[in-house]
Amino acid sequence: MATKRKPRLAVWKFASCDGCQLSLLDCEDELLAVTGQVEIAYFLEASRAVLEGPYDVSLVEGSITTPGDAERIREIREASKFLVAIGACATAGGIQALRNFADVREFTAAVYAHPEYIDTLKRSSPIAEHVFVDFELRGCPINKYQLVEVISAYLHGRKPNIPTYSVCMECKLRGAPCVMVAAGIACLGPVTQAGCQALCPAYGRGCFGCYGPMETPNTAALTAWWRDQLGMAPAAIQRALRTYNAGSEAFRKESEAYEHAHD
Amino acid sequence: MTEHEPHDRLYVLDRTDLQQLFDALRTRGYTVIAPQIENNVIIYGAVDRVEELPIGWTDVQAGGSYRLARRGDDALFGYTVGPHSWKRFLSPPLRMLWRARKTADGFEFIDDGSPPPRYALVGVRACELAAIQRLDDIYTRGAVIDDDYQARRGAAFIVAVNCGQAGATCFCASLGTGPSVGPGYDLALTELMEGEHRFVVAVGSERGAEVLAELPHRAASEGEIELAEAIVAQAASQMGRTLETAGLQELLYRNVEHPYWDAVAERCLTCGNCTLVCPTCFCFTIEDTTDLTGQIAERWRRTDSCFSTAFSFISSGSIRTSAKARYRQWLTHKLAGWQDQFGNIGCVGCGRCITWCPVGIDLTAEVAALRAEDVGQPPAEPILEMA
Repeated sequence: MATKRKPRLAVWKFASCDGCQLSLLDCEDELLAVTGQVEIAYFLEASRAVLEGPYDVSLVEGSITTPGDAERIREIREASKFLVAIGACATAGGIQALRNFADVREFTAAVYAHPEYIDTLKRSSPIAEHVFVDFELRGCPINKYQLVEVISAYLHGRKPNIPTYSVCMECKLRGAPCVMVAAGIACLGPVTQAGCQALCPAYGRGCFGCYGPMETPNTAALTAWWRDQLGMAPAAIQRALRTYNAGSEAFRKESEAYEHAHD
Repeated sequence: MTEHEPHDRLYVLDRTDLQQLFDALRTRGYTVIAPQIENNVIIYGAVDRVEELPIGWTDVQAGGSYRLARRGDDALFGYTVGPHSWKRFLSPPLRMLWRARKTADGFEFIDDGSPPPRYALVGVRACELAAIQRLDDIYTRGAVIDDDYQARRGAAFIVAVNCGQAGATCFCASLGTGPSVGPGYDLALTELMEGEHRFVVAVGSERGAEVLAELPHRAASEGEIELAEAIVAQAASQMGRTLETAGLQELLYRNVEHPYWDAVAERCLTCGNCTLVCPTCFCFTIEDTTDLTGQIAERWRRTDSCFSTAFSFISSGSIRTSAKARYRQWLTHKLAGWQDQFGNIGCVGCGRCITWCPVGIDLTAEVAALRAEDVGQPPAEPILEMA
């Protein structure tokens, strides 16, 4: 029997903190199984050995923030059969999308001695704004079990079991009490996509929205409750919406609704 | 269970002897599941000692709000219901149905062979017992029997507790499911705090009688029986909510296109919390998984919610994309469609969906609002919406 060629996997980085790539290295027990099933062709975080494309699967971390990025992601798309955007940067623009609410030239002028050397785009944008993305895996960082699930599903031609419902579903599944109802803590869980196993609420903290908006997020109703029932100031509501997924449409729009509200 | 005169089987168990009940249940191989406090909420979990119960605590509930408070006495069951319900133990939210391994010429099942757990559920309220009986209808009396549920249910020993108080989101009296515990328990307790701290005990089954026989107990006096009845009557008078059930099914069916549903949808987060805390919501989905190597495949059963878009996903996509369609589906199925399917209302009046809705949407208020604006005419087309 001829040996079937192992699928070639590449891991790419754009504007990001490398945390999602580390989730792959963090797989530990599963990592050997992954390398047994795929050939790691490009993964600079792990190895300097680089194999030429094309690639069967490309995992893309990071957002597009420079004209060079915008060009490079097109080349990667052309060299990839199946492209998965991983993490909040790649799927929503990341924390660096906070620049989208301001003038990036002011930032560069404030930070760099010679801002004229900086060639950057006005906005930090997700991969899907530039090329076709086959699958988006959310999270800041992504959940390693979800990553293994996506790779397993790809390898065996099945649908990945990655739900798009709220964090509340996972919170109740693990039996954690609701921090909003039981403690009056503002929590983004009801409007945030599951995937983290409700990590923060399980430890008594409100959800920070790391996985971005859930499938049908009613951010207006949630933030109205925060404001009217939990006594949260508009500026605090805006800050809660403007973190890792500030660039996502639902969180961006709702945060803009609180833009000019006064405390 | 045979019929019996209630007074013939009312006994008294002293508070100081309650530990012996826990011990007797454990000796019989049961894992005792009872209320306890975790992260400032009363939940259900395994306990060994009576002292692990929420002694001296009560709960203060409202739409979207739950807080614990001191009672000022040492009552063991001086609260109503929290976010957990017993379905967590009888029909776990996540359960592997089977695992299989690839072989040279096909596949083989890997049988883990573990027997179903034997639970003694202590502190089951009237509404919760009614909810378990709703689940019995679904899982054991239909065309398909859920073997795992049936095994867990058949093994379960139920120690019910009559409520001595009702919460602000309680409305079991409207549905006739409480606060007095109905048939179906093994033992039922009513906690008496006046005078000596003790429990009036009703026996509901042979095995209940067998367990009680191992404990120090005596016949209840007329005074104790009257006291127990007065306590439950007091709870009945304290219901914080009401739900008018007369003509409810017709009301919902003829108002299926009522603009009021849009008003609810504006507030609904479609987060699914109401269905997850509901003691009768039973929907689940099936997930197939493989490992990385493709050598092992598993089939899992996972709690699902009619508030997820995947729930109604068919070949052309999700058929209930709007929050309006999903909230209406949930409420209409619970209160109306359920009657067509199972012959009763799917709601038991526990109030969990009101308390644990993060934005306090209130099923009783929504029905009342709909009733106030009743269009009074049946819809032109028959409604074909399934669970």
